[in-house]
Amino acid sequence: MKFTEEHEWLREEDGEMVVGITIHAAEQLGDVVFVELPDEGTTVSKDDEVVVIESVKAASDILAPVDGEITEVNSALADNPGMVNEDPQGDAWFFKMKISDPSQMDEFMDEAGYQKFIG
Amino acid sequence: MAELKRTPLYDLHVELGAKMVPFAGYEMPVQYPLGVMKEHLHTREDAGLFDVSHMGQVIVSGSSWEQVATAFERLVPMDVLGLEDRRQRYGFFTNDSGGIEDDLMFARKGDDLFVVVNAACKDADIARMKAALEPEVTVMSVTDRALIAVQGPGAEAAVSALDARAAEMTFMDVADLELGGIAVWASRSGYTGEDGYEISVPAAQAEALTRALLAQDDVEAIGLGARDSLRLEAGLCLYGHDIDSDTNPVEAALTWAIQKVRRAGGDRAGGFPGADVVMAALQDGVTRKRVGLLPEGRAPMREGVVIFDAPEGGNEIGVVTSGGFGPTVGGPVAMGYVATAHSKIGTPLWGEVRGKRLPLSVAKLPFVAANFKR
Repeated sequence: MKFTEEHEWLREEDGEMVVGITIHAAEQLGDVVFVELPDEGTTVSKDDEVVVIESVKAASDILAPVDGEITEVNSALADNPGMVNEDPQGDAWFFKMKISDPSQMDEFMDEAGYQKFIG
Repeated sequence: MAELKRTPLYDLHVELGAKMVPFAGYEMPVQYPLGVMKEHLHTREDAGLFDVSHMGQVIVSGSSWEQVATAFERLVPMDVLGLEDRRQRYGFFTNDSGGIEDDLMFARKGDDLFVVVNAACKDADIARMKAALEPEVTVMSVTDRALIAVQGPGAEAAVSALDARAAEMTFMDVADLELGGIAVWASRSGYTGEDGYEISVPAAQAEALTRALLAQDDVEAIGLGARDSLRLEAGLCLYGHDIDSDTNPVEAALTWAIQKVRRAGGDRAGGFPGADVVMAALQDGVTRKRVGLLPEGRAPMREGVVIFDAPEGGNEIGVVTSGGFGPTVGGPVAMGYVATAHSKIGTPLWGEVRGKRLPLSVAKLPFVAANFKR
């Protein structure tokens, strides 16, 4: 699993990247009450706002970590946004994407690096 | 920026694991480890304890109750004189344009008036009271006391365990109690829509009292985050958001707080700042009104969301002034101002969220029925 400075994680699965937010990010957000997911098939560029997530406190945007195409979204989150707090690095993934430029992954951190990053 | 102030309970908040944030010039707990959602639900189901010591406590005193009450009526459109001893009322200061300068609770304690005002407005409120009322009566800011709210269906059991007389109070009663040997001023009121108490306690004993209350069954410390969602579900205004110096009480749907004796034809009609504007608004109506707004979908509509009368095109007819997720409702709730023509309950409207117009309807307030001990 790789981690970004935007507190997202990416996990490779069957040649695609599964993307979600980290436990640390979920804790910072507080209770999540609403998740708006992109349409499957959307082509995105790195840093595009692809997911809107609202907690009891505020709305936040989740950015596309790399260029690529959204192949699948986790529609269970729309009905049960609280999953993001319960299992952010497991069941509560946001979307899967086919990435266009694997070299964009090079800058991401491993788990130890991320733990150090969040201090 | 001025240094943030701390309440007498600051160290206890930190010990309890609170996340502290700046609020109205104070470092206040926005949430504890339980989190906003569970804190909210706990208050509705059991009991929550809130530190509201940042709010202003003021005593107005004079040679008689008549003198104090008559003087205070020059600043508020409420029946102060008719308040029975040991009773409390909701009110607000108006300005010359009929706008609201702050909302407040006032209580009669013998010949004295005990006033609780919002933290962000307290310096201006005290200055306003002193300028308008002194030297006829004395306006004293009480700075050596904390204020603690205990709210929820379990509040009576928790507080009366420390002084049985607490159970005898009904909604809006005030009394001097001895909670575990600590002399306090209590009122049976609050700002969550639940039964409960607000307790003014000497600063030096605030922590001991808070620990004694938290030691009661089912009492949890609750932060400002849940306080906000509780008062929103209860349909209560947050000063600076739902009401301010540009909203008059008729627009704000607070006319219930203006007793008949201060209205046209009453024995003490008018005589408060902006009375001509407020009287005219009562008589002729207003062009916009504060209403409850219930989004149809799951997306919260927060403060600033613009409201339209059509899913596309149409006219901008209102704005959300408070909005978010209501944990007890289980979905988004909001309030705001809409043009009077669109203010009827059930009217379908649309709020623009991130460039999309999402459906909502005008809803009855409160969203969660009040649970007061009448």
